[in-house]
Amino acid sequence: MIDFVVAPLEYSFMVRALIGSVLVGVMCPLLGAYVVTRNLAFMGDALAHAVLPGMVVGFMVGINPAIAAVPTGVSVAVLVRIVSRRGGLSADTSIGILFAAMFALGLVMLATSPTIGVDMEDLLLGQILAISSTDIYVSLGITIVVILGLFALHHWLLFASFDPVGSQVVGARANVVDYVLLVMLALVIVIGIQAAGIVLVMAMLVTPAATAYMLVRRFVSMMMVAAAIGTAAAVTGLYISYHFNLPAGPAMTLVASGIFVLVVSFRRKARA
Amino acid sequence: MNPAPNVHGASMSLQDVTVELDGHMALSNVTFDVHAGTLMGVVGPNGAGKSTLFNAIAGLLPVRRGKVTLHRVDRRSGALAYVPQQESVNWRFPVTVMDVAMMGRCCKLGWCRRPGKRDRELVDACLYRVGLWDHRSALMTELSGGQKQRVFVARALTQEASVLLLDEAFSGVDVGAQEGLIEVLQTMKNEGRIVLLATHDLTNLAGRFDQVLCLNRQVCACGPPDQVFTSEVMEKLYGAHGVRLTRDGSGSETR
Repeated sequence: MIDFVVAPLEYSFMVRALIGSVLVGVMCPLLGAYVVTRNLAFMGDALAHAVLPGMVVGFMVGINPAIAAVPTGVSVAVLVRIVSRRGGLSADTSIGILFAAMFALGLVMLATSPTIGVDMEDLLLGQILAISSTDIYVSLGITIVVILGLFALHHWLLFASFDPVGSQVVGARANVVDYVLLVMLALVIVIGIQAAGIVLVMAMLVTPAATAYMLVRRFVSMMMVAAAIGTAAAVTGLYISYHFNLPAGPAMTLVASGIFVLVVSFRRKARA
Repeated sequence: MNPAPNVHGASMSLQDVTVELDGHMALSNVTFDVHAGTLMGVVGPNGAGKSTLFNAIAGLLPVRRGKVTLHRVDRRSGALAYVPQQESVNWRFPVTVMDVAMMGRCCKLGWCRRPGKRDRELVDACLYRVGLWDHRSALMTELSGGQKQRVFVARALTQEASVLLLDEAFSGVDVGAQEGLIEVLQTMKNEGRIVLLATHDLTNLAGRFDQVLCLNRQVCACGPPDQVFTSEVMEKLYGAHGVRLTRDGSGSETR
């Protein structure tokens, strides 16, 4: 059993992958707690797809794709709100339009830049075993920024999430808080894509948080339990992928989903 | 700790306020004044513009014509508190009674400061005052309708608001709980606050207000209940056949 855990760590790529998995396992569920309780799952999925053009630009000009994805994700997060307000459209509609447009733009850019040699499957499903030291530093930087943001804005985030109207009445801060939350979500998705890819990052964002929602009562406890489940799923998934020669993103997703299924099965009744 | 701060004689004045929603006139030339220490009922049928009026006062909707003036009420510092309709609250979000009461401290805390001892003591005192201290660790979804509204009132208290707007706060609240809530609101207005309560239920509450604003997209009447609840005003509000007046002057909506 010790060999199962320790032996892979003789390889530096596995040490980097383990650090990356822990960061993804903690950060995605922390923001995922807001995603689940504020019905932002579609938004999260859209942000994950919409950062593709940024990543492609990163490959084209030789910048780390995770760094290049950050401004794209943040811009899309802000654009969704602007398009909703200007067009008088529901957030879902604006998300649908921007999500498809940005993803299509990324695919066209990929198709017209054959020289960059990116494997589309790695982008879609993640490739944490190939994570670089720079990727780790970017993820660490994002983690520090987002944790500070979550801590500093905690009470405003609770207020705006629970009672959007009441929070708007007491100041413009509530709107700013919503923007900041989306920006943090975009940042965390960038970390998540490295491990789980564009398609499966949703699993790390939503599944551990949804599992925690069924297990504990208070929001802060939910964030903590979600982060614990996310870390367990990401790390277990990584080891399974190493030992059984499976892709890491799907392995992590299946572990997180398995925990969710267990909790749903043994749970007595729905929350009031 | 005394949960009743000094609420510095706030007053509110609306002059010819006109609000449009989706191209339709939702409020037309609404004019009235409210002074410190007033409990005002805003009554009218569904769709009369009560919520629109509150949203305009709260700065959530633009005013097309006219002016809303709040004297000595600084919104940014939390002097205006809003108790929303139940359906606009995200009940999926798992917060406790104490968490919600603490939300009232957001304005005082600003961006990054964490709640201190004074904030926690104030939250305790305000929850005690509305009779929910024993329920401070309960989830909001575990409370009855009346208890939920009292938590929002406690939040207004921790916010140290001088103006409180309650939008249909009594819908879904049984008569006994309504009584408890109105008593808390009366003590708040006795401290010099302005309390505006929108309701379409006149039966139990009509006599409890200092002032009543009858609204049906425009002001049909405004004044003390005994002067306002006349058959002419009720007809303007609810139509010719919808209302009968009770002996004590309070209206009872029968349709």
